[in-house]
Formats: sequence, C-alpha cells, structure tokens
Amino acid sequence: MQETIQRQARKVLVGDHAVAEAVKLARTQVISAYPITPQTLIVERLAEMVDNKEINAKFIRVESEFAALASVYGASAGGARAFTATSSHGLFYMYEMLWWAAASRLPLVMAVVTRSLGPPWNIHDEHTDIMAIRDSGWIIGMAQNVQEALDMTLAAYKITEDSRVLLPVAVGLDGFILSHTAEVLEVPSQEVVDGWLPPRDPHIPYVIEPGGEPITMGNMVKSDAHHMLLKKMMDEAMDGAKNVIHDVFASYAKLTGRNNGDLIECVNCQNSDYVAVATGAWSGDIMKAVSDLREEGYNVGFLRIRFLRPFPEEAIMDVASRARGIIVFDRDYSTGLGGIIAAEMMGLVPQSVSFKGVIAGLAGVDVTPSEVKAAIKDFIDDAERNGPIRIRKTWLMQKMEGGKP
Amino acid sequence: MSIRIDQLPRDKFIMPGTAACPGCPLLIGLRQVMMALNGKMSLVIPAGCSSVIPGMSPATSYGVPTIHVPFASSPAVASGLVSAVRMRGNNGPVVVWAGDGASSDIGFAALSGAAARNEDLIYILADNEAYMNTGIQASGTTPWMAWTTTSPNGKTEERKEMALIMLMHKIPYVATASIAYPLDFIAKVRKASQIRGFKFIHLYAPCPPGLKFDDSYTVKIAQLAVETGIWVLWEYNQGKLTISPPSAMYKDKSKRKPLSEYMKLQGRFSKVGEDAMKIYEAKIDAYWNTILKLSELYK
Repeated sequence: MQETIQRQARKVLVGDHAVAEAVKLARTQVISAYPITPQTLIVERLAEMVDNKEINAKFIRVESEFAALASVYGASAGGARAFTATSSHGLFYMYEMLWWAAASRLPLVMAVVTRSLGPPWNIHDEHTDIMAIRDSGWIIGMAQNVQEALDMTLAAYKITEDSRVLLPVAVGLDGFILSHTAEVLEVPSQEVVDGWLPPRDPHIPYVIEPGGEPITMGNMVKSDAHHMLLKKMMDEAMDGAKNVIHDVFASYAKLTGRNNGDLIECVNCQNSDYVAVATGAWSGDIMKAVSDLREEGYNVGFLRIRFLRPFPEEAIMDVASRARGIIVFDRDYSTGLGGIIAAEMMGLVPQSVSFKGVIAGLAGVDVTPSEVKAAIKDFIDDAERNGPIRIRKTWLMQKMEGGKP
Repeated sequence: MSIRIDQLPRDKFIMPGTAACPGCPLLIGLRQVMMALNGKMSLVIPAGCSSVIPGMSPATSYGVPTIHVPFASSPAVASGLVSAVRMRGNNGPVVVWAGDGASSDIGFAALSGAAARNEDLIYILADNEAYMNTGIQASGTTPWMAWTTTSPNGKTEERKEMALIMLMHKIPYVATASIAYPLDFIAKVRKASQIRGFKFIHLYAPCPPGLKFDDSYTVKIAQLAVETGIWVLWEYNQGKLTISPPSAMYKDKSKRKPLSEYMKLQGRFSKVGEDAMKIYEAKIDAYWNTILKLSELYK
C-alpha cells in the first residue's frame, strides 16, 4: 500500500480544480456545462484541459444548464463517459432532465457546487439546491473538503457505471468554502487511476448509435404497472448502491490509503450519549465544536452524512438506538417543514431519544464552531434536565437590528 | 442528385400497426427519411406525436436506434449523442425528428445552440403547424388566421420562418421540403448526410385532424401548398441558395393556383374571408420576394 500511496502527487488546489482534475483522471470523453458561479472554475479548467489536449474529450459549450445535462445524457446514451457541473439556479434549470436522465438508467457524473437560491441574488453557500434533487433518482454525495471532492468525483464514475447501480451520481461541494478555497491534497497518478477505473463499456446498459442495434428508449409503456415496476427497480438499485459505494471506497482506499467511510463518516458516533449530525464542509467546524465539548467532559460524537441518497437509514438507526440524544444541523430547509436532514432522520430516532433540528448557515451566513458548541451544549443540558425532548425545527441565527427575530 | 423511385430501398423500417391517425403525414415523412438513409441512422425524438406513433414499449414500430427525450431537449441530447458516437468512430447520421412546438417554441434555444455550435446533425422539423399531440394548440409556426384550440378566432400573430432563422445561423445546409414531394425530400436528406455540420430541413407535414381536412387529402393538401406558393421548396447548400425543382415554376405568380383552393379544404381557415385572403396573398408574395432575393445573394 505504501508504494502506491507514494505515487500520489501532492498538490494545492481549490475544490473546483480538484473536481476538474478528477474528471481528467477518469478520462472523461464528453464534457458539457454552462457557466454559473461558484461552479465556473470547474468548466473553465476543463475547457482549458480540452483545448491544451491534456485530456482527449469533447467540450460542448451549451446555451443553458438544461442543455448541459441533456447533452451529457445524450453522450452517455451514445456510449461515452460524460460529466457536467452546475450550481443553484442552474441545477433547478436542469430539473426535468435530472429525472429523465436518472430513469433512463444511464451512467453520469455531475458536480453540484452548492449555493443559495434567489431572490435576492446571492452566490453564497447553502445546501438547499442539492437537497431539492433528492427524489429524482440521483445518488447524492457531499464532500467535506477538497481532497474528498476529488476522491468522491473519481469514485462517482465507478459507482454510476456499476451494472448493479446505473444511476447518475451528483457530487456536492460547498460553494466558495470548498470550490474556491485552496487546500493541500494528494492526487493519484493517471496510471493508478487507469488500473482502478477501466474505460466505460458502452454497451452497459445500452447504446444508441447510427446503424446499431435498433432499440428504442423512452417510448410509452403498454401498462402503467410496467412503469411502476421501473420505479421499484430504481429503488432497488439505490439500495444495491449501498454495497457498491462501500466496495468502491474500500478499493479506493487500497490505492490511496484514504477512506472516509461509506454512506456516513462516524467520529465517536457509536459510543457517545449524544451525536451531532451534519453534511458538507461545515462538518469540520462542527467536529471542532464536538471535540472541544469532549474535552470539557461532554460525551458527544459526530455523524457526517456523506451520501444523502441512498439515505443512510441503517447507519442512522444504529447510532440513534445507542444514543440519548441526536442534534442535526441543516444548512438547508424545506419551507413549511424545516431542516431537510432533520425531517428525514427524525422518524428513525426512537421516541425515547432526545432530538433537535437546527437550521443554520443559510444564504452563506457564517456559523462559528463556538455557536455550534453553544447549541450542542444547550441541547445536551436541556435533554439531561427535561428529556426526552423532541424539537424538529429551530432557527440558529443572529438577532437583526430593527427586525425579527 | 436525381433519384428514381424504383431504385429506392425496399426495406421497411416502420412496422405496421402504429398508433398514428389515418392519413398521418409524419409516418409518410419518417418513412422517406428512413428510405433516404436506408435505416442506417439513429433518431432523437422530443415529445410529440412521433413519441406516441411507435406504440407501446417493450415493443416499438421504429426499426432504427431511437431515443425519446424531453420536449425542449432534442438538439442538446443529439449534440451529446453525436459527440459520443463520433468519438467512438461511428460516422453515421444522427437525425433529430422534431415537431414545430419542440423546434420553434420550447426547444428553440437548444436548436439555436446546437446550430451555432455546428453540431454534426441532421435536424428535421416535421411541421404540422400546431401542437397536435396535445390537442391542436397554436405554436410558433401556426400561420396567421388559423384556428386552433388556443386561437379559436384565428391566430392573431405571424408564423416564425424557421428555415430563414436557421439560415442566419450560418450552418452549411438549410432546406425546406414537403411530404408530397418524396424525391425532392429524399435527395435533400441524402445530400445533408454527406455534409459535416448542422443540417436543417423544414418539412411541411399537414395533419388531417389538426388542420381539419379529410384524412384522404394529406398529400393533396401538401401538394396544394406548393402549387399555391404558400409553401416554397428551396435549398441552401454551403453558400448557394436555389429554388427546388417542384417550386421553380411558381416563381411566376401567374402559374400559382388560387390560394382559396388550398384554404377551402381546411376547416382551420374557415374565418379567412375575401379581405384576409388578399392580405394572405400579399404575404406570400413578400415571402417569395425574400427567397428570390436571397437566391440572388447566395448565388
């Protein structure tokens, strides 16, 4: 293992460029995207790589995000390995194609650089955009740092092309916090990646090509029950993806020495009375708060959601069954319901276990480890005094002058 | 490139028993496309009648590799598809077979984008002049004064001239065609398949229930459109614009049949009275004038 690890190059890259590096290492053949901040650096870098012949790919300069996803979907149907990237409003402009691509069971990888949604115009970070595609049939990962953005993008190809999966994969990375922040990371060599990720087999699952097998994809179905069966098969593929995700990261770890877990990353989450939960880049800040609290004698751990789909139901139930309380931090919200992860998790947490959902950091609002620490401490103290408490939704935000709250 | 009908391939690429209405012009047109390319293509089809016509999966009546895609997406899907197959060494034609709503309205941006990128595609706009599949609603190519379910007193706006719009995208090949002139259409499709880049063919395909005429008149209506001069067959090929042979004699206005012969057979024009007919004739003259001037320009 040591030998392969040494073959990695140490680089300093921003998150967007790390994703571009992964797309190159995967020998992606068709790339299509439309500019939107903070995703733009990915496609600019890829366009440069294509123009400089660093990568043998076609770059399709489309007129919209809808066309970006439509064209990489077409490329995948034509047997190529394809990639697109977007953010926020761009992701929403793709919405119809997201569902079509997933239900067509074609392999695809897309980076989603998370960003808030207007109005008002705001390019800063929030996770609501990527959460809004969670019912569409895409596998959805969220990276915690630049290294993981690279690793997860590479892994995404292996996952999506696995014949047990054949669902598209979205890799989320936080706008600016990861996309535009330079970190030191290890980049595996082309040789190592080639050995791990063979070229795509264009016939899995099917190929539409001139003069090829006269198959048809997407026409109406004889019976609605057949259509419903296809939905069930997608659901089964999502379930099957859990094992595939495990295997892919395990084999990747053999090459690189890195494995941050499967659907979740657990930091003292199985042996602690209290567990904080979050996804994405701010997990680092939350882990800092958790480790400070541990030093103060609080028995608290951290569960990071790496994959929102397939939803890590088993892992969450396992952790929740051992805990006295779960506190979830959502950088996203569903208007009229609350934090989305909190809403999805709450039913998996037994009634006897305290639960609290905290909405924070929307619209790019900075959340400090000390604020997180105070929120966790309040929750633990409250639960110990009055538990079990069950609060699905609270808003953690600063008091505004002259307004509410 | 002259074509003899007895030399056309006899292989059938559309199986019998489709879901098309009696007298459907789309099946006529699609058969001609497949005949032109001997079935050696792949089809990209956006939402519309042609996504219903092949019938129910797991069966299909289309005997060529086909992908059905969302309404606005076909030029973009085809851009990706052709990029992939070219990269894999396949040089066969990728054909988009799209209706007027998909081309002139909802998918207009994607069409313009693919043309501006000069993607190596044959794009056929099979124009039945309204949203027929959803029940005859007005589209960007529905002509002025035509009845539809969303223009019950006749459409108040002009139609978009799609072929002229596409000409201004500076693509190598733009043509109009008609399902009533198969040899002309087939020759155009074959020519298009020999050219690299974006090829656009605007095919007139009159729909019996949508235009409200007897379903035995499909070809007759399409023929009358050319004979009255309301539909002009022309071709732009890499710098040169010419009037196609079936339309050539109608440069001379006196040779054209009276417009009323075309209109009176279609219920959709029942609101067109004598005054409107005169305005209509002037519009036709103006269109001819434009095309003839362009043929001078692109000699």
